[in-house]
Amino acid sequence: MSSMDATTPLQELFDKEDQTAPDTRSVWRRHQLWPYGYMAPVLVALGLVFGYSFVEVVRYSFYAGSVGQLTYVGTANYKELFADPQFTHSMFNNFKLLATVPIVTGASLALALIINTTFRGVRHYRAIVFLPYILPATAMGLSFSYLLQGNGVLDGLLRSLHMSFLIHDWLGSPSWVIFSIGGVIVWQQFGIGVVVFSAALLSVPGETVEAARIDGASWWVVQRRILIPQIRRIIEFFVILQAIIVLSSVFTYVYVLTGGGPAYSSSVMEFFIYQNGFENGSIGIASAAAVVLLAIASVFIAFYIWVRVRATKQAA
Amino acid sequence: MQHFRNVMRQLLLVVISIVSLYPVWFMLSTALKSTKYYTLDPTGFPYHVTFSNFSAVFHNWPILVWMRNSLIVTIVAVGVSTVISIMAAFAIVFGKGRGRESLFRSNIALMAIPPVALLIPMYTLMVTLGLINQLPSVMIFYTGLLVPFSVFFFVNFFREIPLELVEAAYMDGAPHRRILRKIIVPLSGASTITLVIVNAIFVWNELLVALVFLQSNTSRTLMAGLALYQGRYVTNEPLLMAAAYFSILPLVVLYIFGQRFFVRGLTAGIGK
Repeated sequence: MSSMDATTPLQELFDKEDQTAPDTRSVWRRHQLWPYGYMAPVLVALGLVFGYSFVEVVRYSFYAGSVGQLTYVGTANYKELFADPQFTHSMFNNFKLLATVPIVTGASLALALIINTTFRGVRHYRAIVFLPYILPATAMGLSFSYLLQGNGVLDGLLRSLHMSFLIHDWLGSPSWVIFSIGGVIVWQQFGIGVVVFSAALLSVPGETVEAARIDGASWWVVQRRILIPQIRRIIEFFVILQAIIVLSSVFTYVYVLTGGGPAYSSSVMEFFIYQNGFENGSIGIASAAAVVLLAIASVFIAFYIWVRVRATKQAA
Repeated sequence: MQHFRNVMRQLLLVVISIVSLYPVWFMLSTALKSTKYYTLDPTGFPYHVTFSNFSAVFHNWPILVWMRNSLIVTIVAVGVSTVISIMAAFAIVFGKGRGRESLFRSNIALMAIPPVALLIPMYTLMVTLGLINQLPSVMIFYTGLLVPFSVFFFVNFFREIPLELVEAAYMDGAPHRRILRKIIVPLSGASTITLVIVNAIFVWNELLVALVFLQSNTSRTLMAGLALYQGRYVTNEPLLMAAAYFSILPLVVLYIFGQRFFVRGLTAGIGK
């Protein structure tokens, strides 16, 4: 059995229900102090990295100037932010990249269904498809920057296939660039989808499928009516997690593939925050953008928790 | 018909595998070409193999220093976050007292926070502490970022451990320290390895934080160094690809030889 047949860490996210009944697993009769001692280091780490940062980033968003010489400006940063075409464009690019979510989900689910049988080499195929997911986006972004550049490898391939009409300067054209970045994201995220969905499909009991087959259901009907509904919960989790990734962890692709360019056409919110905070030194604007990003992210997080809670209730 | 379907499936899988592997192959084949040869034939098979790019990266770049930095940062951040997360998860699952469930739930929410939103306050904090261009700056940040998923992971795993094991030890008068060390930790070996691998991959691959916190040539991690030298050597494709190849090599090796640990760790939560 290969690793690919096992549950993945991401799978852990989907599979386990929160058993939230309080105190049922404690053998200690009385409340004691030692659990607080054990939780203290984690509380310190979270308090420092998350707690402190949340408070400070909100505070900075109302100030202008550099650290040490901050002046209170009220909501001016937010007004400036939404008047700045670069920011709205960056935000819009994040939303455009959300289009990768249905593509990754659909394509990896389709492949997982197709290889949901035992045949020669299936493990190796799964291992190959998963590999991109663990490789550093920095290094692979470098490779893709040569593959996708104008007159690069992809254009050469298209020419040799007599599909010259598809040739583009994939990273140099303002209207194409964000889709090219999306393509690289799909390339990297595809494997985790295949592995998660394959593991989920393996856990579907075989009898239902057998019964349907005996009743003469076609392959397609079995997939659509039996298998997909059985793993619906996992598909939902996957979609939300992918959306969160596209919103909050695509900086590396943008930085390495285009540096946000041409001009700012491929900038995303993360890149905008990086550029304003660390290249232009306007930490007030960058912090305001970070607060907006946090606000958007919390909508997704709330949605994620809602799906989790609902799934737990259904399981109970 | 069945046969036709199988052929089509194999064909599809071969095409998908080529697409998955081609960027890696392109990286390796380019790194093995001389600049002149690459310019003439960027995609062709590297018939005239040269290792000069690899040796140039070693001699002209501080790549060994970067690799060492990445390794130290990964070991410390993953080590510390794993240990403190095990302790917290033990208290959450087996302890008594208020606040345990709230801590667990906040970890679920924090897992999805964009790191970039924390970057500016953390940067100013590191400036105050004088830690910019020092490895501890990123170690602290990464440790914090790894905690939410690690706590979540261990809590879910500990909840599957049969309570009788803990009860028996408790009846024998073992204190909580002993129960954690002698019962819980040995049972979690395989899961811990899995989590360590997952977290180590995150730290090794991280770019944004390293780029901002580590700006001196000798303090950079491998990814930050690679991203910086991209600008400097962008027209020397074989050289950059050789450096990039060094950065993915440890992961590919880990992936090939570490599969056994993946299996053991990931199935431990379900079976037995």
